[in-house]
Amino acid sequence: MTEDATPIHPRWLRVTHWINALAVVLLVMSGWRIYNASPFFDFRIPREVTLGGWLGGALLWHFAAMWLLVVNGVVYLSCNVMSGRLWRKFLPLSPRAIVTDLLGALRGQLSHADARHYNAVQRAAYLFVMLDAVLLVVSGLVLWKSVQLPVLRELLGGYESARRVHFIAMAAMVAFAAVHLTMVALVPRTLVTMIRDA
Amino acid sequence: MTIKAPRLGIDGDALLKDALRELELPTRRLFLKRSLSLGGLSLLTGCTIVDEDSAEQALMRVSRLNDKVQGWLFDPRHLAPTYSADMITRPFPFNAYYGENQIRDVDGDSFRLEVTGMVADRHAWALAELRALPQAEQITRHICVEGWSAIGRWGGVPFATFLTHIGADTSARYVGFKCADDYYTSIDMPTALHAQTLLALDYDGEPLPPRYGYPIKLRMPTKLGYKNPKHIQAIFITNTYPGGYWEDQGYNWFGGS
Repeated sequence: MTEDATPIHPRWLRVTHWINALAVVLLVMSGWRIYNASPFFDFRIPREVTLGGWLGGALLWHFAAMWLLVVNGVVYLSCNVMSGRLWRKFLPLSPRAIVTDLLGALRGQLSHADARHYNAVQRAAYLFVMLDAVLLVVSGLVLWKSVQLPVLRELLGGYESARRVHFIAMAAMVAFAAVHLTMVALVPRTLVTMIRDA
Repeated sequence: MTIKAPRLGIDGDALLKDALRELELPTRRLFLKRSLSLGGLSLLTGCTIVDEDSAEQALMRVSRLNDKVQGWLFDPRHLAPTYSADMITRPFPFNAYYGENQIRDVDGDSFRLEVTGMVADRHAWALAELRALPQAEQITRHICVEGWSAIGRWGGVPFATFLTHIGADTSARYVGFKCADDYYTSIDMPTALHAQTLLALDYDGEPLPPRYGYPIKLRMPTKLGYKNPKHIQAIFITNTYPGGYWEDQGYNWFGGS
């Protein structure tokens, strides 16, 4: 089988991508409802976009979907590392390359001819969102098990600080998703490659 | 007839109690209805018709699984952080399932703490007897399920000491609490025996004021606020899952760190 006959994204990647998307939607929407129970910023999230109906319902969703995110995330990272895809697709990466490709993208001069190749901005964005997901899990663990995880708790500056870290990491994830969805809308072919053996 | 009447009365009472509970808690039956009516989520999952009861049951099953995982993760040697007196939150917030105008007044002189279940000594305790036991104090962070937290100072009898005095069977699974404000909850035995679990009689060096749960509150810095019952009237040791006021509505039973 030649390189071109293989799908752009392996099956395990497509499956974990969509499970992750579902987990993130459930976690973000139920998390917004949990935030509303005791907001630490000067705003609340509109009820209509939250999940769970009341705090207890939101917590049930949140603490169920967390397993989906974590188990799926471990499968994704394991496959990525063991197949060597993580290094092949995301490295090398330099700040200079990110700036060059970002300027190119803004001028509309970045080529999308080869969907197998991630440009430097994509590499940076996908690596960023992987690390952000790890930070969400770590800060979530501190909020859930602050007594049992003293090292992580102190690393994040204590319980109250961990709440803010968790929220800001969520905001970064949502910002990534917004840009990600915009890019998919601009290059719809990428959606097809994430669904079938294209 | 004289035999039947009381039996019917008991059934009727139980039925009425259940019905009233359902009426009091319309949110319980509504939370999934609301969530599943969200267009966005329905589009993503590709299903608009989901059996709400089975969805709720599935979520509750995961919550029971989370109880097990948390019990397994709980290492009683880990202590919650303690703080200096200048870090105490003032005023310490009042929180209950009712408003401040409904705080219960308990008469301390006639008060007796009932002890039942798997214990050797079932005598009811007067406050003076509890005061005569060794006392301890802690300045710890109270974390509410809503997310906010506040630092307070509690004093009282280490709960493990009390359990020893009543000859509690510490191989039992649960410790249950019934309160003067009709609140009820229950905890796991490892948490009951944790070094920082306190049968609190004092707040900030004074007897607990009614707003903080006079005459007795269970203080556990390893558990969320709703697991820390106030105005405790009865303590029972059991292997039968006792549930709790909020837990029966969907809050996680273990509810702790």
